[in-house]
Amino acid sequence: MGQTLLEIANLQTHFKTDRGVIPAVDGVDLTIRKGEIVGIVGESGCGKSVTSLSIMQLLPKPVGSIAGGSIRFKDEDIAKAGESRMRRIRGEEISMIFQEPMTSLNPLLTIGDQIAETLRIHRKISKKDAKAHAVAMLKKVGIPRAEQIVNEYPHRLSGGMRQRVMIAIALCCEPELLIADEPTTALDVTIQAQILDLMKKLNEETGTAILMITHDLGVVAEMCQRVVVMYAGKVVEEGTVEEVFRNPQHPYTKGLIRSIPRMEDDVRRLYSIKGSVPLPGTIKQGCRFAPRCEFAMDRCAAELPELVQSGEEAGHRSRCWLNG
Amino acid sequence: MTQNLLEVNELSTYYPIRKGLMQREVGQVKAVDGVSFAVKEGESFGIVGESGCGKSTTGRSLLRLIEPTAGQVLFQGEDVTKLSREEMRRKRREMQIIFQDPFASLNPRHKVRKILEEPLIVHGIGDAKERKKLVEELIVTVGLNVSQLDRYPHQFSGGQRQRIAIAKALMLKPKLIVADEPVSALDVSIQSQILNLMQDLQESFKLTYVFIAHDLSVVKHFCDRVAVMYLGRIVEIADKHSLYRDPQHPYTQALLSAAPSPEPGAAKERILLQGEVPSPANVPAGCVFNTRCPAATDRCRTERPVLQQTGDDHFVACHLYPAAGQG
Ligand SMILES: Nc1ncnc2c1ncn2[C@@H]1O[C@H](COP(=O)(O)OP(=O)(O)OP(=O)(O)O)[C@@H](O)[C@H]1O
Ligand SMILES: Nc1ncnc2c1ncn2[C@@H]1O[C@H](COP(=O)(O)OP(=O)(O)OP(=O)(O)O)[C@@H](O)[C@H]1O
Ligand SMILES: [Mg+2]
Ligand SMILES: [Mg+2]
Repeated sequence: MGQTLLEIANLQTHFKTDRGVIPAVDGVDLTIRKGEIVGIVGESGCGKSVTSLSIMQLLPKPVGSIAGGSIRFKDEDIAKAGESRMRRIRGEEISMIFQEPMTSLNPLLTIGDQIAETLRIHRKISKKDAKAHAVAMLKKVGIPRAEQIVNEYPHRLSGGMRQRVMIAIALCCEPELLIADEPTTALDVTIQAQILDLMKKLNEETGTAILMITHDLGVVAEMCQRVVVMYAGKVVEEGTVEEVFRNPQHPYTKGLIRSIPRMEDDVRRLYSIKGSVPLPGTIKQGCRFAPRCEFAMDRCAAELPELVQSGEEAGHRSRCWLNG
Repeated sequence: MTQNLLEVNELSTYYPIRKGLMQREVGQVKAVDGVSFAVKEGESFGIVGESGCGKSTTGRSLLRLIEPTAGQVLFQGEDVTKLSREEMRRKRREMQIIFQDPFASLNPRHKVRKILEEPLIVHGIGDAKERKKLVEELIVTVGLNVSQLDRYPHQFSGGQRQRIAIAKALMLKPKLIVADEPVSALDVSIQSQILNLMQDLQESFKLTYVFIAHDLSVVKHFCDRVAVMYLGRIVEIADKHSLYRDPQHPYTQALLSAAPSPEPGAAKERILLQGEVPSPANVPAGCVFNTRCPAATDRCRTERPVLQQTGDDHFVACHLYPAAGQG
């Protein structure tokens, strides 16, 4: 097992709104080791993006803030780091890519200038060297005609090319951790396959650890070594991908895995979890999944279970009274 | 032998590209270009393909929500492209559409009760009391309850809104429903609820679906026959079992191999396509797929392949497959 790179403990991230405080992330624990690819899955609104924005300290201020817990990156609790320290960390040690690359690319700068800008914030290098480095990065992420594309503006590129550029920018300073928030959700499957392939290759070559956020269990199965399943602001299960998919412990994970139609199967009816995903903060007591759970007991509505070892493999944990 | 409810012959829908002050037409986007297929009564016919390949344009052209440029759309044997506006409006009692984003079809200022009653009023069905009864019956049929009729669309979750949109499409007891990515915006656990609901309704209302999606496993689960589109054309069309077991067009093969499988360790032989889909304003000559096809030959760059039968209920437009009796 590799060394721990990032360790989130009991993270609480709150939003202050007119309707009161929303605990969007409500006690999340998560560990990423050096060079590892870890997935976070869960349905819309469960707190995946807020978790990653918390790591980067990119929460919308002053509405959103970290209300508790720690985010240990190597030897430092970066939940408590100041803005100037974070500016050094972002891009240099941890970088992030988003679902819609257009919103994070500057439409007024050429591709080359954007890569060079990131490089020059973190490295003392000349403009000329930065440009050469930019071309090399574009080639590395599989952009054809890199020497010409480096002088293009983002709107001239397709969605898949823009995502490649985002990856080039994110990786140009060789960060130790790349957070990818739904990096392929907006892309077509054949382009998604290209991008996932690229990310996997870069992970193997450079040893950059990846935190892969997605709602697609297929992407997790294909990319990740470990997975964390979130529901309504909490981690309900974690373990190796093999274990969690083959031997899911939490009724939510079980339901989720059974709900997806599979190309190799022929079932007349799909399994479905009843009800709908609650907004964070609406269920204040007990297990957040209890109202939708077919195994719920009286205790489930009253007391919140801990995330504890369950299943056969060490490190496979779930938050359910059935597995306590 | 079941009859064809819908027969589409050489359907084309082009969008004009306009430029300059005078908005002169300088070209055309061939969004749908010579598409033919037939849908049997009571079946679910799937259309898959990547963004921009013309799925929605096809779906909308069937109902003439966009006017087709050429071709026939035979609904119960009648060419609806020939109908007057008024006749077409009446025909839509039998042909309905639901969209990916139900917000687009649900008026945010109206309560659900009014949204559901409106199609009945427009088509002059029943008196107020009968309409109320129909509305209250259908809301229960789609899995919501009568007390929810007096709420506004924004007060519902995404899945619930899709239920309302389905109820609205069903109000007039249509024969055909074009469902344009009805579950694409929904979470996995909600997606399966809606797919099950649509299947139940198909049985109880004897519905025929044209089901548009980009998720291949959803289409495999839901549909009986499937057409694969690429750049405005159908490249392969087959019974679903045949299509998924034996995909023939190189594009279909790549598409199927690209979909990530939720089975860890399922080492798949992946065909990684080079490059991206060309612009439909500037389609390649010959086979539209030739710029990305790993098996393209000179013939593919000049001669457009037509759909030909290669199996029992299996048709493919590709020069790799000689027509039966030839080659
Ligand atoms: N700026 C904000 N103000 C108030 N609440 C917010 C804000 N951003 C997020 N939230 C709340 O935090 C919760 C978690 O949101 P988050 O974006 O992390 O979800 P997610 O898991 O990334 O979902 P998705 O799959 O839709 O991207 C949401 O339910 C939302 O209500
Ligand atoms: N109103 C319009 N005017 C001009 N071009 C259009 C218009 N609507 C669609 N197009 C173009 O026609 C082509 C087909 O679009 P269509 O929306 O039918 O694709 P689709 O297969 O439904 O894609 P998606 O999966 O993204 O929904 C695209 O290239 C699109 O840009
Ligand atoms: Mg998100
Ligand atoms: Mg569409």
